[in-house]
Amino acid sequence: MTIRTEPVTINLGPQHPSTHGVFRLRVTFDGEVVLDVEPVFGYLHRGSEKLAESRTYVQIVTLTDRMDYIASMSNNLAYVKAVEKLADIEVPERAQYIRVISAELQRIASHMMATGFLLNDLGAFATPLMYCFRERERILDLFEMLCGARITLSYMRPGGVLQDAPDDFWPALDRIVEDLPASLDELEDLITSNEIVLTRTRGVGMLTAEQAIDNSVNGPMLRAAGVQWDLRKADPYEVYDRLEFDIPIGSDGDNFDRYTVRIQEMRESVRIIKQCIEQIPDGPVRAATPFFIRAPEGDAYASVEGPKGELGFYLVSDGGISPYRCKVRAPSFINLNPLREMLIGGKMGDLITTFGSIDIVLGEVDR
Amino acid sequence: MNIGELFEGIISFGSIYDFIDGFVPEGLDWLAFTVGAVILAFIVINVMIMSTAVYTWFERRTLGRFQNRLGPNRWGPYGLLQPIADLLKLITKEDTTPDEADRWVMLLAPIVLLVPTLVVVAVVPFGDNSFLGRLNIGILFVLGVTSVNTIAIFMAGWGSANKYAMLGAMRGVAMLVSYEVPMALAVVGVLILSGSLAMFDIVQSQSIPFLIVQPLGFLIFVAAASAEMSRTPFDQIEAESELGSGYNTEYSGIKFALLFLAEFMAPIINSMIIVVLFLGGTNGPSIIPGQIWFIVKTFVVVFALLWVRATWPRLRVDQIMGFAWKGLFALSLLNIFAIAIEVVIFQDDAGNISTSSLWIMSAINWVLTVVAIVVTARVLGQNKLERPAPTPSPLANMYAEAD
Repeated sequence: MTIRTEPVTINLGPQHPSTHGVFRLRVTFDGEVVLDVEPVFGYLHRGSEKLAESRTYVQIVTLTDRMDYIASMSNNLAYVKAVEKLADIEVPERAQYIRVISAELQRIASHMMATGFLLNDLGAFATPLMYCFRERERILDLFEMLCGARITLSYMRPGGVLQDAPDDFWPALDRIVEDLPASLDELEDLITSNEIVLTRTRGVGMLTAEQAIDNSVNGPMLRAAGVQWDLRKADPYEVYDRLEFDIPIGSDGDNFDRYTVRIQEMRESVRIIKQCIEQIPDGPVRAATPFFIRAPEGDAYASVEGPKGELGFYLVSDGGISPYRCKVRAPSFINLNPLREMLIGGKMGDLITTFGSIDIVLGEVDR
Repeated sequence: MNIGELFEGIISFGSIYDFIDGFVPEGLDWLAFTVGAVILAFIVINVMIMSTAVYTWFERRTLGRFQNRLGPNRWGPYGLLQPIADLLKLITKEDTTPDEADRWVMLLAPIVLLVPTLVVVAVVPFGDNSFLGRLNIGILFVLGVTSVNTIAIFMAGWGSANKYAMLGAMRGVAMLVSYEVPMALAVVGVLILSGSLAMFDIVQSQSIPFLIVQPLGFLIFVAAASAEMSRTPFDQIEAESELGSGYNTEYSGIKFALLFLAEFMAPIINSMIIVVLFLGGTNGPSIIPGQIWFIVKTFVVVFALLWVRATWPRLRVDQIMGFAWKGLFALSLLNIFAIAIEVVIFQDDAGNISTSSLWIMSAINWVLTVVAIVVTARVLGQNKLERPAPTPSPLANMYAEAD
């Protein structure tokens, strides 16, 4: 007697603990094995790009906060760089340093969140997540000193930053930079050599360098696949060409490499911030810009290495006070390209962890 | 009267029966028997439920400390009344049943899950003289009754007509059935040493705790027991980040409360059995009564299990099965083999083993345990896979000069 079996289709999401927002995966399972994956998104679509067409250039900064709400600072930076390129605005040196410091802090905060949730997806009952959140909270406190907000920061402005950092910001920053390596060591002691973590992450969700490049994957995912590519080195913006840092890469492009690359990037970010603290000059933090910036007719694309990959803004101006078109190259969205290649054939548990290791933010995927 | 005697007087069936038999006329002994049994069952069940309530509070507070947060602290001193608030919330919630659900199966599942958990308490030897049931096959009874929860979990998954619940239930059946085997085989080692199936005799025969005599059996039993109660790293049945909530996804209200109760009672019951089998039960320096020793040991085991839960991630479903059959099964056979040979060598003509022989056996078994675990880790583990140092892919080179 043979027992008839049939594949089961399950909707993972939009309400599911591990979809990192309102993402939906229509997955066909044969028992525990994934046969087919069909991503469905758009649940968080707010039309940010269209809204930008009816806002002034400064107002759009607040829209960018709400795209990747885990890393608003990087979004702000990418957007204002596009405006500066379009309207040809010079940025004072002190402002550039402050931008680099806050972007790197934001990278640490974002990677902390990615690492914590990856481990939560692995089934560690929230303990590593809370360890990561403790550090993230301290960084958010710093952002609160800078601009009064913690998540939707809107700290950058075309031509500089909103305001200079207050006096008590610098000692607080020093303390965090001192403590962070120890906290990362603590996290690694708990996790990196754990047998179960190794078993669950090594050789799971593999992505080769060819596949990664074919799918225009970017950021830590690309570097985990062994491709040494980072916009901070490849096309230095702000003051990154004056700073010394390494680009960590992985060898196999599996979940474990993505995790280790993020941990090492956090260590490199600490290095960058330390150098910035030493080098930062005195001076103004915001160039004089008109209240309504009118960019000359034309277009400009500027991109930064965000925590999740190359984050770019493409602006087209018709000479008015708001852009004619604003297009975002959202790394979270583009990193979902190889989803099927990574997931099909794996087990259900692998599906969840691989999806978690991509580190997407639905605000940015749907925009 | 010391605390131990008082405790035994309350909880022993004989004393309750004698007390009630004094009030009923001749020939109505069966009535006294029934009433006594009901009273005793009432006491035991409520003690277990109350201790589970305290345990939920303890678990949440401890997890809070593990995770750099406070845990429940609003309702009552140190949040002690939190279980009552949880229960009230669950009772006042609507008890929903999905349209497609198999109503009776779904309704019965929480009861089938809870009852065996409570029945096991009846044979646990809490004291020297106090027995709820003096079963001569106590440990066999425990193994048999606890395996009923496999059916309960499958009933819950099947009855709710939910795909997540069904996946959780299917995982649960495969996993629980697999882990019954190493669990039972780990117990065999204890049985060979003590020469009895009765829980009381097992406690008596532990002149030194069996944890020291057969550490391998202890480790296997703890791993299998934590799989049986589906706690991390074996929490496939619920697998919160994968299945939402697993087999209990569709449950709400009082039915969910019963599932929750059974689930949180399992660590206490399992710790009690571990204490009886491996930590010498009520044995201990007689300054403190045996019952207190029992409670203290149970608490220590509960805390250790909680510690594991707070720290480790979860294994994947195939890895869990592999661990049971490739790892624990082989190790438990090795354990039985070693214990059996040692017992044949060390027992005297009357079939007894002296304490000094037990110490020698301990020394041999510790060496064996370390070797066995190192070998198993070498064969099954991941650490042996050395990774090459990463080399940058030639496909993209950001240091190259632009043409």
